[in-house]
Amino acid sequence: MKAGVVVFPGSNCDRDAAVTLQAVTGHPAEMIWHGDTDMPDCDLIVVPGGFSYGDYLRSGAMAAHSPICRTIVEKAKRGVPVLGICNGFQILTETGLLPGILMRNASLRFICKDVYIRPERTDTIFAAAYEAGKAIRIPIAHKDGNYFADRETLDRLDGDGLVAFRYCTEQGEVSDAANPNGSQRNIAGLYSENGRILGMMPHPERLADAMLGGVDGRPLFQSLVNSIH
Amino acid sequence: MKARVTVTLKTGVLDPQGKAIAHALGSLGIDGVDGVRQGKYIEVELAETDPERAKATLERICKELLANPVIENYRYELEGA
Repeated sequence: MKAGVVVFPGSNCDRDAAVTLQAVTGHPAEMIWHGDTDMPDCDLIVVPGGFSYGDYLRSGAMAAHSPICRTIVEKAKRGVPVLGICNGFQILTETGLLPGILMRNASLRFICKDVYIRPERTDTIFAAAYEAGKAIRIPIAHKDGNYFADRETLDRLDGDGLVAFRYCTEQGEVSDAANPNGSQRNIAGLYSENGRILGMMPHPERLADAMLGGVDGRPLFQSLVNSIH
Repeated sequence: MKARVTVTLKTGVLDPQGKAIAHALGSLGIDGVDGVRQGKYIEVELAETDPERAKATLERICKELLANPVIENYRYELEGA
């Protein structure tokens, strides 16, 4: 699997993503500069976390209109898998590839801690290596992670099985107390309708090496390697 | 022409920042504040001098970048129009 990691001014998880991708795939990831309009052929495009363009106007709004994003949207529409993490998720919603928006956390605070999330499906290219219904521990680090969409959209996401992850307790119970940022219906991550795009606020790339204190993020990348040849 | 664009949150969208401001007003001892909603105010200088064409450009500016239609409404005034 050949992966490309997009680098915006202000990205700060691009190297973390590249290191994890290399560890899991055995190949170095292509680093793709935001000002480029074309990109090498990749089996996976990662839009990493950070603060692209200083979060000006709205988180992800500026990056969504950068030249490289037009290419990402085109490739995503042709079915190339895209993984947006944290700021990457915000960018994907701003491009319209994923519905809704990430608003300011209900607490108004930047939250940096490990939380538990539950994979809602394990029949996807991103989550096949996870155990259904079992919570995984994963770091979050964001101020704008409060997922919002109108009721109609939320019902459609639930009905079509497009919620990828929900914030939950260590035991896998989805509750208000386990919701760190006020996200509607505890949504931590979403799939596109064709299942080829995943946007998520938590950082799987930050907990994918035992030396860093946990490996619950690794199966996400392993799932991709197993499904994409 | 100068345009003054105001972006506001749609009704029904929770506004934690507005709530925090309302709370702070209460702490200041200012009574009678029923609610606060926070938005954005943006000034745009347009080279265009024809108001109709300026409006068409502003519509694009607001729809494509300044406001996110999922949560926000926008309105604008054109100076001298």
